[in-house]
Amino acid sequence: MKLLKNLCIAAFLFVFLMPFKTATAAAGGAASHLLNLSTIDMVIIAIYFVVVLAIGFYLKKYTSTGDDFFMAGRKMTAWIAGLSFISANLSSLETMGWSAMAYQYGMLGAHAYLIGAIPAILFLAIVMMPFYYICRTHSVPGYLKLRYGEGPRALAGISFTFLTVMVSGASMFAMAKILNLLLGWNMNVSIWVSSITVGIYVFLGGLLSAVFNEVLQFFLIWLGTILIPILGIISAGGWHKMLETAQKNAAIIHPTVQNADFTSLWRNLGSFDTNPMGIDWFGMVFGLGLAVSFGYWCTDFLQVQRVIIAKDLRSAQNGTVIGAMLKMLVPIIVTIPGLLGLAVLLNPDGSPMILVPESDPRANITLRTFNDVLPLLMGQYLGPGLLGLGVTAMIAGFMSGMAGNVSAFATVWTYDVYKPLLNRKASDKHYLSMGRWCSILGVLISIATAYALFYFSNILEFLQVLVFFFIVPLFGTVILGMLWKRATPAGGFWGFLAAIIISMSMWVFVHTFPDGSRPHPSVVISNNAVVSVAKQDGDKISRVVVESGQIQTTNVTIPLEAGKEPVTSGQYVVPQTGIELPGIVKDAAIAKNLRVLVPDAIESDTKQHTKFGVEGISLVLKPGVTIRASYIAKKFDAAAFNPAHTKYVARSEKAKPMAVNMYSAFWSLIVCLSVTIGVSFFTKPKPVEELKNLVMGLTDIPDEGPCPWYHNPKLWAAVVLVALVVINIIFW
Amino acid sequence: MHSEHQIPIWFFIGLLLTVYGVLILGCGIYNVICPPEHPVKLANLHADIWWGILLLVIGLIYTIKYRPSKD
Repeated sequence: MKLLKNLCIAAFLFVFLMPFKTATAAAGGAASHLLNLSTIDMVIIAIYFVVVLAIGFYLKKYTSTGDDFFMAGRKMTAWIAGLSFISANLSSLETMGWSAMAYQYGMLGAHAYLIGAIPAILFLAIVMMPFYYICRTHSVPGYLKLRYGEGPRALAGISFTFLTVMVSGASMFAMAKILNLLLGWNMNVSIWVSSITVGIYVFLGGLLSAVFNEVLQFFLIWLGTILIPILGIISAGGWHKMLETAQKNAAIIHPTVQNADFTSLWRNLGSFDTNPMGIDWFGMVFGLGLAVSFGYWCTDFLQVQRVIIAKDLRSAQNGTVIGAMLKMLVPIIVTIPGLLGLAVLLNPDGSPMILVPESDPRANITLRTFNDVLPLLMGQYLGPGLLGLGVTAMIAGFMSGMAGNVSAFATVWTYDVYKPLLNRKASDKHYLSMGRWCSILGVLISIATAYALFYFSNILEFLQVLVFFFIVPLFGTVILGMLWKRATPAGGFWGFLAAIIISMSMWVFVHTFPDGSRPHPSVVISNNAVVSVAKQDGDKISRVVVESGQIQTTNVTIPLEAGKEPVTSGQYVVPQTGIELPGIVKDAAIAKNLRVLVPDAIESDTKQHTKFGVEGISLVLKPGVTIRASYIAKKFDAAAFNPAHTKYVARSEKAKPMAVNMYSAFWSLIVCLSVTIGVSFFTKPKPVEELKNLVMGLTDIPDEGPCPWYHNPKLWAAVVLVALVVINIIFW
Repeated sequence: MHSEHQIPIWFFIGLLLTVYGVLILGCGIYNVICPPEHPVKLANLHADIWWGILLLVIGLIYTIKYRPSKD
């Protein structure tokens, strides 16, 4: 009866919120949407919201103490801990983002789930988990307090809480943007409906509710997404045919890396220019496989929190190993759709569909983006009902990621910032109440961040790397603390701080352009300008003429009048003689294709609206057309990497952004370890008796008694490791 | 989930999958009877029917196995 009552409350709340959603669905999207949902799809989505809210209401009575709220009572089984561990990481940004990565980088994208995850997760399970578990810490910063003292804990706690809500807000903004582009839903409504839902169920049930919902979301994400690779491979004519077609089409879709191998994991990592990621094996192994991966999986509290709440140490270890097994399967729903995007997404004329990065000026105007790979495949293969399940999987993914961030924020804020720094002696009831309200506060700060991104969308680029600044140094500090009893509090603090500073410095260095970073020469023809288009060989545009209206040029040299110096910036009106801008323009002595973008113009012959984008063709401007010209050369550009500087960080001018990030993480770890060790030799270590249960050699791992062989975490860790090696050999 | 009277998460999962299975299976059967004007690719495989059945079976197994007991 109680459950029925909760369901009714949840249904009421959803019914209250739903009209806003449906009413704005029509108003939200003027552009053509990728997916059109039927009534049955909306019903499936609505049921999901009702169920997650009902679970939140149901679990409220089981969270009466701080331990219940922040640590879910420390009574999870291995399977629940493992599913939650992996689900908190399997957000839609992850599935859509890594599908996009696989479309961009081919099979190399799968490394994030293999060498970039499995060794680190197994290390967490077998080596680090006993320390986290035995010291009964509430958080990773909590471990730092016990091992090093208040300084590193405050640094880690404050940076973590700040980062968590910022990342949560960024995810929310990205979700709202994606739902707007895919379904035409109003961004405000998407942000508020999803955050209020997450806020309610975390407020009511704390981590218990978050974990419950993450397990549910894990099932939905898999069951809603796995049909895409199944149907896609059938449609492509089998696995080998799909790889063959993907490799063939990749040369057309990614012309700048047309000789790169898109279908192998290691064969193409001999040098920076034989693979689409622009990375070599060293960067992959030591950057991704060591620094980034161990930093993320072993010390990101959001992840660790999911398994330290298990009922006993063995369950915590087995839960983590289960997480590793499940992680290794994720490429099925992430990497394969990316490869399918290269193979089976075709234009009506049968040519491969070209998708572009979000930074491309044609993105979402004339061409879809990399991030649309998964939704495009959903629209191609999933009919009514299944599409609703697929979209529910996406929404579930967004919400599980956000719930993870909010519950981790509430824990770290309450135990590592509020309790030690602001109010040491309050009752458990007070901290429980603080945790509940922190969940709401976390949601509100996330919403504020999401709205900030409406106006400062460039922050997103900063946020994506911000995580690397902190988690890699954090891993260096924690692991030395666990394995080396001589590491001192001063060593830990200065190592951590030095690595954060060096990470930030490297980031600034590779984005600095002493000679200025100049965007590609481009022309955007303003809305409602009148254009005529000359075509040859069927539909191929050979020349564009602007009859009237306005154009905006960036970094284009304009020969305004014969005999006078050409101009690059300012506002002008085309003289009676007219102007022709050549298809190839010189930019700092380098010949580049002129990029012409027409988001919404009127064709002079038919008077119909048209939109297209072309490169390398001449543009004729008729008398009277207004030109707004600008010349941009930025000394610092967060969206671009300076090859002259990247060679010092990533060993080669050919290193691409991903390689630079991996190498930066590697250097950051090296600096952290070196400074911590160096400072520790000159400073006083903590007494041995204070390091018991915190450091290897001084910790007695409790004997949990005999267990059947199939409950032995070391055995399963070995099995997963062997499977990892086999997979890497098969797809070498 | 381990407290004496707490309904296990598996029951909620089972319930949700059962409802989804029924809806998707129903949708698939409807599509066979009244084929849509613009079918998706590989609609001839009737993925909605067999996926609906799969969800229904998994859902029922979980719902029955983990249903809350009366005591």
